[in-house]
Formats: sequence, C-alpha cells, structure tokens
Amino acid sequence: MKWIQTGRRWKALAVVGGVTAAVAVGLVATTASARSHDVTLNVSLFGDFGYHELYKQYEAAHPGVTIKEAIQSYADHHTQLAQHIATGAGAADVEAIEVGFIPIYTAQSQNFVDLRQYGASTLKNLYLPWKFQQAVGKGGTVVGLGTDVGSLAICYRKDLFAKAGLPTSRAKLAKLWPSWQAYLNVAKRYQAKAPKGTYFFDSGSNLYNAMAGQLNPLYYDAKGNVIVATNPKIKAAYNLVISGVQAGADAGLNPFTPEWNTGYKKGVFATVTCPAWMMGYIQGQAPKTKGKWDIAATPGTGGNWGGSFLAVPKQSSHQAEAADLVKFLTSPASLAYIFKQTGNLPSQTAVLKSAPVQNFKNPFFSNAPVGQIFANSALRLKPQIIGPHQGDYQNLINNAFQRVEKHQSGPVKSWAQFLKDAKAVS
Amino acid sequence: MSEAVEQAVRVRRAGATRRRLHRLDAVVSPYLYVGSFFVVFCAFGLFPLGYTAWMSLTDRNLLNPTTHFVGLDNYTALIHDSYFWNAVENTLGIWVLSTVPQLVLALVFAHFLNTRLRARTFFRMSVLLPQVTSVVAVALIFTQLFSRDYGLFNWMLGGIGISPVDWEAGRFSSWVAISTMVTWRWTGYNALLYLAAMQAIPDDLYESAAIDGARKWKQFWYITVPMIRPTIIFTVIISTIGGLQLFTEPYLFEPIKQGALGGSARQYQTVAMYLYEKSFGTTQFKFGYAAAIAWSLFLIIVLISLVNFLLVRRIRSAEA
Repeated sequence: MKWIQTGRRWKALAVVGGVTAAVAVGLVATTASARSHDVTLNVSLFGDFGYHELYKQYEAAHPGVTIKEAIQSYADHHTQLAQHIATGAGAADVEAIEVGFIPIYTAQSQNFVDLRQYGASTLKNLYLPWKFQQAVGKGGTVVGLGTDVGSLAICYRKDLFAKAGLPTSRAKLAKLWPSWQAYLNVAKRYQAKAPKGTYFFDSGSNLYNAMAGQLNPLYYDAKGNVIVATNPKIKAAYNLVISGVQAGADAGLNPFTPEWNTGYKKGVFATVTCPAWMMGYIQGQAPKTKGKWDIAATPGTGGNWGGSFLAVPKQSSHQAEAADLVKFLTSPASLAYIFKQTGNLPSQTAVLKSAPVQNFKNPFFSNAPVGQIFANSALRLKPQIIGPHQGDYQNLINNAFQRVEKHQSGPVKSWAQFLKDAKAVS
Repeated sequence: MSEAVEQAVRVRRAGATRRRLHRLDAVVSPYLYVGSFFVVFCAFGLFPLGYTAWMSLTDRNLLNPTTHFVGLDNYTALIHDSYFWNAVENTLGIWVLSTVPQLVLALVFAHFLNTRLRARTFFRMSVLLPQVTSVVAVALIFTQLFSRDYGLFNWMLGGIGISPVDWEAGRFSSWVAISTMVTWRWTGYNALLYLAAMQAIPDDLYESAAIDGARKWKQFWYITVPMIRPTIIFTVIISTIGGLQLFTEPYLFEPIKQGALGGSARQYQTVAMYLYEKSFGTTQFKFGYAAAIAWSLFLIIVLISLVNFLLVRRIRSAEA
C-alpha cells in the first residue's frame, strides 16, 4: 500500500514536470488529468474464472484502471479471506466467495460494501431469485453478486454403457432414472455386466452431493436452526448412497485427488454427477476421452452444486471502482462469455434462457445440448436454506462415505461419527 | 592557579569521566548485547506465549467481534474431547515410529562416517542432503511413493508377492508413511551432530581398549556412546520437540485439504493439525479453544522432554 502511494507521488511529480515542459513548448497535455486517477484493483479468486479477456476490455474502457488477479486453491483462498476479514487488513478489492462460505459473510455484512449503494437492487430481477438471495445479509444488505451456478446433470461414458448392455441415448437414460432410487437400480444393472475393473459411479460423496443439492431443508431449517441430526432426508440419502456402495457399484475414488483424475483417464467409472463446471474439469483431465462422454438430465428435479459470488470488502480503498468492476464481471454479457469460455453456467434467468446459451452444444460430450440441459436444471431447482457451516457439514459427510469406502468403519458407525463431527463444528 | 595545575585537574577530571564511562560500559554493554535478542524474543516469543495463554481462557472466535472470559472451560472441554486424545495418540505414535529409527540410524551412520572411508567428505555432505530439501517437496514426493494404486512402494511390495497396502487409509500404515518422511529428512542431520561429538573422543581411549582386548562393538558401546552422551541428550530433546509439533508432513499427506482432519477417520491427525482445524481449517475459527490446545501441547512437550531427559541421563556417563 505504502509502496503504491510513494509510486503515485513520483508519478504525480513526473506529471507536473511533464505538464510544465509541455506548457513551455506551447502544447496542451491532455492526458495529465486522467493520470491522476490511476487505480489498481486487486481481484482474489480460487481457480481460474476465465476473466483475462474481460479484464482487458474493462481496462481499455476505463483508462487508469489496472487489474491484478491472484488465484489460490479453494481451501487456501477461503481460509485467508476469513483471516483478512477478521483482522481488517489484507483483503483484495474484489473477493470471490463460494456458496459454501457465503452464509458466514452474510452474517457479518458490516465488513462488506453494501452493493445496493451501487445499484444492486436494480439487478435483482436479472438473477435466479434464490441465487441473489443467498448473498443478502442483515437488513437486506447485498454482500455479493452471483457469478455462476453449478446446476446439475449426469456425465456418462457411452462406450462403457454400450458394453454393459445399457441404452446410450440421453433421452432414454433420462427416462430410465427419474429418481435416485431408479439411478441406483441402473447402477446394479450396469454392475451385473460391467466391463472388468469399471464401476457405475466414482464416489459416494459425489453422488450424495448431487442428492443433497435437491433437498430442502437440508442442514438448516427456515429459522436457521441446525437440523443435521434430525432431518430424516439426510439419513435417507446417506442410506441410499451406501446401498450403492455395498452393491459394488462405487469406484471409491476420493474426488479431486490424483487417483480420481487417473480414473477419468482410464475410464474406471461410467458416470459422474456433473455440475456445469465439471465439464471443463473432465476435458482438462482426460482430453483423449473426447467423444466417449455424453450428458443426460439428472435424476430428481433440477439441482445445484457450487457456484460463487463476487464481493467488495469494506477495507478496500477503491470501493466504488471495485463495485463497478464486480457489476461488469457479473453483467449478462460477461456471464454469457464465461459460459462459452469455461462452461461455468450463468446465474441470471434471462441469460439462461437466451439463445446463445440454450443452443450451445459441447463437442467433447458428443455434441450434447449442454446449454439446454444445465440451464433447465438450474431453472427448475427449488431454493435451499443455507447456513454458516454448510461447507463443513458437506465435507464431514463426504468423509463418512470415505470411511465406508476404505473399510475404516461400517455404515452405522460412520454415520454416528458424522453426527459427532457435525456437533463439534456448530 | 597556575596553568599547569589547571591542566592537571582537567586531565584528572577527564580521566574520572572516562573511568566512569568505562565502568558503565562494563556493566551495561553485556545487557545491550544480549538485549537485542531478548527484545526480539519478547516480541515474537514471550508475548505470543502469554497472549495465547490469555486467549485460551476466552471464547475468542475469529469471526465474532465480542470475546468473553470463560475461565478454564476450554481446558475442561479439551479433557473430554475424544478427538484431542486421538490426536495425542497419533502424535505419540508417529513420534516413536520416527524418532527411534532416526536416532539409531544416525548413530550407525555417524559411526561409519567416523571410520576411514574413501571420499569421506562426499559421504558426510550427502547425509545432509535431505535436510536442505524443502519439506513440501519431500512430503509431496513421498505421498506419491505411498500412493495406493500407482505408488512405488506398493509396486515393490507387489514384486515380492505382497498385496498392495492402502497406506493413507490405515492408521498404523499412515503412521509408518509419515514417519518415513520424518526419518528420511532428519537422520543425516543427527548423524552429523553425532559425528562431531565422536571426533572429540581421544584416540588413546580406543587404543587402550583394543590393548585390553575389547572388540569394535564393545568399544562402540562402552566408549563411543557414553562419550557422546550430552549430544544424545540434545538430539533426543530436539527431536521430541520437533516430533510432537509435527504438522507439515501429515498435513500434506492428506489427499484433499478438508481442514487438516488427518484422513477421513482422523487416523493421522496430529495435535498441531487439530489446533489448525479448530482455528483455520474449517469454518469454526475457535481461537480460544485452539489456544487451549496449543498450551496443552506445550505442557505435553515439557513433560515428555523431562521424562526423556531423566531416561537418557541413565546412559552410563564417561566419568562413571
């Protein structure tokens, strides 16, 4: 900070000197006034949001603005954000916050710029109502604006399905699995004739994440009480997933580990629950499987897994400029551009319904109409009440599945430990 | 007064001032010399220690602006916290599995490095190589070596007909994997310390022992080990402190970072990791509780170091 200020003073001196010189030779220095508004905006993200071209556009339209981006891992980014917010120093001008963490910050909205000051209220109608609402804090404060939603579909390997004697068309499969119970019945059919060394799904935790996204209430009731131990739907989803694990349809790979990545390359599992952002992940991990994949609608109605927001911490010394950048990055045009770039699905209703999104087909996934599939899934989803420890509960129950998959403990004991873990977090 | 007398007085006065300064210098300077260390130590050692002690008596939460004094509540909760005791057990297990082979191996290495070897300097430098490697690099490489499906160790086990081990999933197996990293990194360092101590042992002790008919092994056991006893005590204490604070290796051994849980069943969560889990690892940010863990860890280390000191002191000393 200090360095920038000294830097600016030198620049100002140089400008003054330059102006004097220009006047001396009878010229008018037109750029001098713009120079004094130089602003550097720091943007802190987890993973690549695909913003590089958008920054260039913005910088070109706003002379004097320089954008600096810092990318960290999901866990590190959110840990550091908490530290920076708590200590009141170190946060960037624009911070990305994932949906699992947004409830913590809506609960302390005093630390963030209320984006209503910069016209967020007029943007409300653009968004999926639940998406906008997730970032609303005490007294209606708007803490962040939505970037993407995860939405949900099933990515599956056509070639493995054919070998196991299952239908391969996405329309037929969608009809074959209207519910998760039906999906697990298909799993058993697959496993009966499965090619050697392959499984129907990748991990219990990913299957559960998809089911949990459709449940409301999940971990919190309408009053904000934690209902992890008392909500029968969680236990039911747990039992359903475990039945698949015990039927031997689960590859038991820990998501986002090297083993899981290798599983994509080697085709160890035939399906994976697929948020829109997963498409980019699969293409990155297993580029050689192009054309072997297809995408079908998810069991149940709609779905969501993940999605983020952009927020401006109060510590920022360029709040107005940062808020303006947030509005630009979440504008309909930017969201549509990002979708084509990375597959991250827009969170605004009109963009989801727009022709470019609806007509978008992904050649990697056998030209599946991914725009249509994901957009419709997002539009159909019913909102879920979320709370401060959302992300923790999700992690803890994912561990419960791994304990069963790795034979560290039985399903009953593992569930008991999950409840104990969840209690310790709250 | 004559000029000569005036000058003499002036000189004497100046001499007195100089003497006083000299005395002041002799008294104060040593404090100034060590002072710089103590200022730094107070700012970055003593103050955090005291502040953590204070924090452990409150319910401070990073995301909560108000803090209340809760007395010993955190410690009472900690005593009844089975995850804390699980972490203590893991830490002690990993510590024993890493420290014992580490020091024994170091002793053996040092003994061989102390004999007449070809390219002795080369070997002496080589044992220190793991020490200069970044701990992150060590952890990442070993994590791959211990990987279930594509790891080198399982491949080698397969070569001799042993079915693959899921190193990360099992409790004992994960301890072994982590201990291997620690041992690999610290054996050379300890070996060099022992070597330095061994070189200070006078040769005539060995000569007279040889004349009395003592074999090499007996010489090692009855001369070398007692003579380097102070160094052994030092290394035991240092590796106790380091081993009980173990964090980086097990933290990086986790396949995905979910807040330093130490595996899905907490099978290798150390106390330092549990501290991290409660403070930063998840969305808990319970700093008061984490501070109580930090102080408990401190007390455990003091206790075990003391026990170790008393045990190791029983090695027959050179004077006995």
